[in-house]
Order: sequence, then structure tokens, then C-alpha cells
Amino acid sequence: MSGIDGVADGIAIVLVLLGALLCLTAGLGLVRFPDVLARMHAGTKPQVLGVLLIMVGGAIRLQGWSATWMLLLVAVFQMLTAPVSAHMISRVAYRRRHVRRDRLLVDELHTGERSDRVYRGDEPADAPPEEPGRALAESRREEQAEDGAG
Amino acid sequence: MTGQAPGGGAAAVGHQLRHQLPLLLWLVLVWNLLWGTWSWANLLSGVVVALAVTLLLPLPPVVGGLTVRPLQVLAFAGAFLVDLVSSGAQVAWQTLRPRGIDRSAIIRVQLRTDSDLLLTIISEAVTLVPGSMVIDMDRENRTLAMHILHAEDEQDLERQRASVLTVEERVVRAFGSPDEVAALSAGASARDLGERRRTP
Repeated sequence: MSGIDGVADGIAIVLVLLGALLCLTAGLGLVRFPDVLARMHAGTKPQVLGVLLIMVGGAIRLQGWSATWMLLLVAVFQMLTAPVSAHMISRVAYRRRHVRRDRLLVDELHTGERSDRVYRGDEPADAPPEEPGRALAESRREEQAEDGAG
Repeated sequence: MTGQAPGGGAAAVGHQLRHQLPLLLWLVLVWNLLWGTWSWANLLSGVVVALAVTLLLPLPPVVGGLTVRPLQVLAFAGAFLVDLVSSGAQVAWQTLRPRGIDRSAIIRVQLRTDSDLLLTIISEAVTLVPGSMVIDMDRENRTLAMHILHAEDEQDLERQRASVLTVEERVVRAFGSPDEVAALSAGASARDLGERRRTP
């Protein structure tokens, strides 16, 4: 019996340590990666996996169903919420143009008709249009067109 | 509070309850798991709490619904776990290695599914899949915009696109209606045409 317990404890220790290591790399990634979007990768994948491993280790070590159910819930909600929060943050970061464009190979979200040449109203107030002169001209043209229609 | 006409109150509440039954069951389950032990008191208090939550904080109903195919769900869950482990290990290594990451990319992927619920599951799964993270979604055109952590060249991008479509296929086969499964193969040919047109 003690032999089995010893093996289970060993597995639990390995899992918890691995999980802790993965969470550490998530923190490292937050420091080392160049921009918000890349950092969000570090904040989701190794972190979720790390938490899952710690939960499994805890479930093995704690013995007793009530703790196990709780850990299962933590794991499920971690997997449901981490991608959503990362998505929200990266969406805001992209819209506020906190993107290192020099590190991007391609940016297909930023195609011709979608580029922010004109103020559209859902940008941050401090975000300059990418071609200020043209933006001003087009904004005026749109205003005139609206006046003419209305 | 729910904005119903007072006349048809009872019928409307009944309809609403039927609509929200899965949510209620889920809330009762969560409540019981939180208590950790099974008892009638937990079950009853769980029902009361679930009713209170759904009535006081109403959510818009989920349109459509899921067809659950147990075998395909298992296949999806297994593949998802494998993806989760490999992507966790991969990103962990990219944070540790001395040269860090080189180039990233933002790509748009044309999906074939047209269901809010399925698209939600797909984008959640895609975020935990190696290398990609959803930034934005164009619901009308069914495109996902995603950030690729490590992209050296065009081939990397094509590989990422293919892996996203694989995830989509797994999700739809696990949860989609027969129509949506059929749309997978129908959409594939249309997508190939679109790709060819777009590439210069």
C-alpha cells in the first residue's frame, strides 16, 4: 500500500513541478516577447497547460472526491476563460495599434479597404491616421456627401 | 424585467425555461461540484440558485443548438489535448531559448461554418492550438483574423491555415448539424477557388 502511495506521490510531485515550470515560462514570455500580441501567446498556452498539470497533480495528491470536483471546475473554467481574455486584450491592442509591424511577416487584417485612412469613430482618440493629409481630405469629402444626401 | 407582456406571462416563462434548460442543468452541476458532495440539500439549493441567476441576469438565447456525436466528441477532445500539450511545450520553449522569436504574422482564415455557437467553440480551440491566437472575427464573411507567433515564410502560414481548418472540421464533425457537416466539403472547393483568386 505504501508503495502505491509512494508512486502516486512521485507522479503528483512531477506533475506539480512541471506545471509550475510551465507557469514560470509563461511569466518569462511576458517579459521577453516583443509585443502585446506575442505576449498573449505566452499568457494562454503554457499557462493553461501549467494550471492543468498542477490540477492533475493536486487531484492525485489530495485524495478525496470533493477536492477533485473543485479542481476539475478550475481546469474547465481556465480553459474557457483564458482564450477569451487573451482575445479581448489582443483585439484592443491591435485596434490601438500596439503592434510591432517590423516583426510581422504579413498582416492580412490590414488590407487596403480596411486601413485607417479615415477617422471612423471606433479608434482611440490618440491614434493618428496613417496618412493624415489624405484622412482629412476624405473625412471632408464624406461629410460633404452626407450633407448632400441629407 | 424581462420585458414580457403581462398577459402571456406564464406561457412565456415556460417557453423561456425550456430554452434555458441546458444552462440551468449546467449551473446546478457547477453548484454541486463546488460543494463537492452529493446531497438533496445541495441539489435543491442549486436549482434555486440557477433559477435566480437565469432570471436576474438573463442572457440572450443561443440560436441553433448542438448535435452531439459522442465518438467524434471524443476524437475532438483527444486531438485538443494533444494540441494543448504540444502548443504549451512549444511556446514554453520559445520563451526559454536564447534567440527568442523572430517574426510573427497576422493572417485571415476563411471558415465554412455559419453558426454562432460552433464559431465560438472553434475560436476557443484555435487559441489553444499551436502557434495561433484569434484577434478578430468577421461574422458576416466568416473569417477569423489570427496572430501567428512564429512565421518564417509562406509555408508556415499555409500550414497554420490548414491546421485551423482541421480544428474547424473536428469541431463541426463533433457538434454540427448534418447540414453543417455537408457544408464542410462544399465550402472546401469554394475556398480553394477564393484562395486562387486572391493570390497574385
